[in-house]
Amino acid sequence: MKSAVIVFPGSNCDRDAAWALEMITGQKPDMVWYGDSDFKTKPDMIVVPGGFSYGDYLRSGAMASNAPIMKAVKSLAEQGRPVIGICNGFQILTECGLLPGALLRNRDQLFICDDTELVVENANTPFTRGYDKGQRLTVPIAHHDGNYFADAETLDRLEGEGQVAFRYVNNPNGSARDIAGVTNAKGNVLGLMPHPERASDPKLGNTDGAGVFKSLLMEMA
Amino acid sequence: MKFRIDVSLKPGVLDVQGKAVEGALHGLGFSDAQNVRIGRFVTLEVAGDDPTHAEAQVKDMCEKLLANPVIESYQITPL
Repeated sequence: MKSAVIVFPGSNCDRDAAWALEMITGQKPDMVWYGDSDFKTKPDMIVVPGGFSYGDYLRSGAMASNAPIMKAVKSLAEQGRPVIGICNGFQILTECGLLPGALLRNRDQLFICDDTELVVENANTPFTRGYDKGQRLTVPIAHHDGNYFADAETLDRLEGEGQVAFRYVNNPNGSARDIAGVTNAKGNVLGLMPHPERASDPKLGNTDGAGVFKSLLMEMA
Repeated sequence: MKFRIDVSLKPGVLDVQGKAVEGALHGLGFSDAQNVRIGRFVTLEVAGDDPTHAEAQVKDMCEKLLANPVIESYQITPL
């Protein structure tokens, strides 16, 4: 499985994502610069990584969502290729309209860096098939703007259509309906605030996040 | 042509900064302070001398970048 990780000015989880992807897929991902207008080789899946693209100026993810490479990301997403936005990547995917809703400042105004417990809400997505529905995972979060917001009608639709992939067990940031991760309607784009790439290498003592990448590998097989 | 754009969270979207500042104001004894909302403003100039065209461009800028229509509203004021 050929993967790609987008690198923006200010990304800081790009190499963590690449590490996890290489370990799990056995293939080094392409690191793709935000200023490129297209992929040299079309990847089978794309990670939009965490960090502080453009220093979080204006709104988290706002500038990155308009970066040249994002047109190519959108076009591959529309063709059905899996795209995962993690943390700042989630913010970028909501800003560019690939995912519904927005990420507001955390309820308590604090930057939170901690392990959180998640529950797998929908195990029937390309990103969660390696898990069981209802399975509990411990995955780290590190964000200031992780408070998921969407209007009530959108939230009802997300829940009704099974687009809520992960929920927090103890909501750390005020997210509507405890949402930690959502997919688009088609199910091939996932945004999540927790960092599965930071919980993938056994050397770090926790591999609860590895299932996200393993699920994709199963999907491609 | 110069414009000022005020961007604020839509009513109903929790403004945690506004809430914290409201609490601080109450702490200072301003107990009448209520509904504190915090936004941002942007000033910018648009080249050319067609005000209608310029304002239409600013609106487009707001929709595409300066505001996030999912959570924010904006007001454009020609200066």
